[in-house]
Amino acid sequence: MQRDVVITGIGLASSLGEGIEAHAAALAGTPAPIVDTASFAPYPVHPLKPLELDRQIPKKSDQRQMEPWQRLGVYAAGLALDGAGIKDDAQTKSILQVIVAAGGGERDHAVDGAILTGLRGANEPGSFLNERLMGDLRPTLFLAQLSNLLAGNIGIVHGITGASRTFMGEEQAGVDAIRTAHARIASGQAEIMLVGGSYNAERRDMLLLFELGGYLRKGDFAPVFSREDAPGVITGSASGFLVLESAERAAARGARVHATLDKVAATRSKRQPGTVETALRGLLTGLGPVSSGALAVSAATGAAGITAEEAAAIATLPQTRRIATGDLVGHAVEAAFPVSVALAAAALSTGQAKEAIVTGAGHWRGEGAARLGTA
Amino acid sequence: MNAIDQTLSHRDSKGRPIVAVTGLGIITSLGQGKDANWEALTAGRSGVHAIERFPTQGLRTTIGGTVDFLFDGSFTAPELSEKLAMLAAEEAVGQSGLGAPGDFPGELFMAVPPVEMEWPQKQELAASIDGDVDYDGLLRAAASQKFKAMHEMFLFGTVADHVADTFGTKGSPISLSTACSSGATAIQMGVEAIRRGETQAALCIGTDGSIHAEALIRFSLLSALSTQNDPPEAAAKPFSKNRDGFVMGEGAGALVLEDYDHALARGATILGIVAGCGERGDGFHRTRSSPDGKPAILAMQDALADAGLAPDDVDYINAHGTSTPENDKMEAMSCAAVFGERMARLPMSSNKSMLGHTLTAAGAVEAVISFLTIANSRIPPTINYTTPDPAIALDVVPNVARNATVRTVLSNSFGFGGQNTSLVLSAEPARA
Repeated sequence: MQRDVVITGIGLASSLGEGIEAHAAALAGTPAPIVDTASFAPYPVHPLKPLELDRQIPKKSDQRQMEPWQRLGVYAAGLALDGAGIKDDAQTKSILQVIVAAGGGERDHAVDGAILTGLRGANEPGSFLNERLMGDLRPTLFLAQLSNLLAGNIGIVHGITGASRTFMGEEQAGVDAIRTAHARIASGQAEIMLVGGSYNAERRDMLLLFELGGYLRKGDFAPVFSREDAPGVITGSASGFLVLESAERAAARGARVHATLDKVAATRSKRQPGTVETALRGLLTGLGPVSSGALAVSAATGAAGITAEEAAAIATLPQTRRIATGDLVGHAVEAAFPVSVALAAAALSTGQAKEAIVTGAGHWRGEGAARLGTA
Repeated sequence: MNAIDQTLSHRDSKGRPIVAVTGLGIITSLGQGKDANWEALTAGRSGVHAIERFPTQGLRTTIGGTVDFLFDGSFTAPELSEKLAMLAAEEAVGQSGLGAPGDFPGELFMAVPPVEMEWPQKQELAASIDGDVDYDGLLRAAASQKFKAMHEMFLFGTVADHVADTFGTKGSPISLSTACSSGATAIQMGVEAIRRGETQAALCIGTDGSIHAEALIRFSLLSALSTQNDPPEAAAKPFSKNRDGFVMGEGAGALVLEDYDHALARGATILGIVAGCGERGDGFHRTRSSPDGKPAILAMQDALADAGLAPDDVDYINAHGTSTPENDKMEAMSCAAVFGERMARLPMSSNKSMLGHTLTAAGAVEAVISFLTIANSRIPPTINYTTPDPAIALDVVPNVARNATVRTVLSNSFGFGGQNTSLVLSAEPARA
């Protein structure tokens, strides 16, 4: 038995601001990207437009116990719950299952720098490190770093007592989160789910991880599919959450359906030149016939080689418009695919298209695709 | 085997495919493999010892259940976690006889510890720059592309990716965390995928090899760890009155899950059934459980309901039993709420008294031990139980293993961030 799955809540926050309207307007037009090329030079990033946190995280004590990526995610999750009309529905929140795609917490950059400097001259580096960590790490820092604590904070702040799971593994975590949430509702294992991810790009520790592998673009912004001069990822702070629901349940409660989530597929090609294009073509074929005029939303990273391969796979679709999520909000790693699906849903919800295809290829591993329609 | 079995379509009480276990693998501080671990666990032997992996001067806790017998030189947490997972998976897949080497016909669900760049690697970068160290300097060092291997090493998805490559699992491998219930969640996800009919087999692994200085210090700063370092093997004392925190442990557990009919059709040995799973969130606090134990109670009840069983069907509880004052009290109270007065004589022991808390791996490690408990009709004890807590009236199988017929185990896993997962693990059902 396969049941229809619909999207009844969309939570988006990024450099463009928050909510469906701000993002739908950007999807419909050709806005100048919001890029900060100075703060993390030579690495450009799309900075988060500051949020009025009190609107979704009323307690200051909760705000204090989170890091930026967690606050951003909790905020966007709250928008999705509000939009779905279930924020104050304790009964629904007791069965609401949550899947979050997450990375890890932020380092205390000043502490790390001071310890690394001190370690150079330390006679006993081991005990020096112990002493400094015991003295300088904030006890609560650990909680702000644990991957599953975004889900934990969503539960605490929004009063969700259904269970949560956190997927890790960079971009593919976002694909698999959406895929698994869809599969559980379609098969009858769940009725309603909150799924999404959150990424804070304004942190040097994550830039460091990407730069170790040589994946970052340096210098100015260029569109994701036009970075031949200097291929690479431009990261962006962004969060996307969706409330997914069985069509029957949504209809029974008279919920507004933004879009249908028809199919989600994922694979893992053993990366060689050409494998990403082949993998994505295979996934797109599996989505079934796509009607002409569909919107193509791509979570492409901008990384060398694979971005052109994704473009080639998308070119096989009868699409009228291709939108790179990275051009609008930057690349949000674990959140890139959820944000892309949320953007596609926002476009369908505002009548910009009747069908949308979402694709994505992780900067290092993993390929995914989804098809959305209108109810 | 009765030939008729192969033509029947077996379903559970809810009409779903039955999820069989056909392979088990384990590695802990007690040793590698089921035999070594079972011998030690039933002898009541602890794997906890003084940490030698890194200097412990100035630390409040200096002990752990580290796995020290796999590498000669230094290694990172993801490297050890991967090695542990590979060894446990090799044992489990080998036992199952499923597929061919490098061609496992099912999906991969892995509980892996969160990873990040570690101090030795950061020091390596810092050594290549002049003046005081800051992240801009580290970024300049990284831009030289001389440290490229560190990128792959510290990605969250790498351990599962490598395991998927080695065993040839199908589909997109899942790396997951539900904190200290992660291993149980990996099993639950395998069960769900098989019940959905997406796959006929799943390789479910929980692994954790992340005892390094900063990881230990982080837990220490939360006052979560036992500081009774001497003697190390006596520090983990679940349900005792003088319990004072958990002891970090390392290890991996791996299970091959398989559609029961699929397993029967190929003549596989059925080691047991994952009969039911329950999970609940706790919106109460980031590290503390709801004082009323409600999420834990509901997780256990959900697991039993999912299995179509009643509390009276449970023969033994494999406790989360971390040895922290709060967990053990909450767990005992929650079990009393689920099992009523029967709780006074229903055996419930904690493997963590011997292994320490294997964190991300614990749910999988303890599920493997639960199936060994069923197979051997013998319950591993809770060791170090010399000072009973009068507030907790339990049969903890104190200090000495016990023979008992065990057909159904309830295995609990609870974690930071409000994660509560319970599994109902059973012997193979009587064949029709």
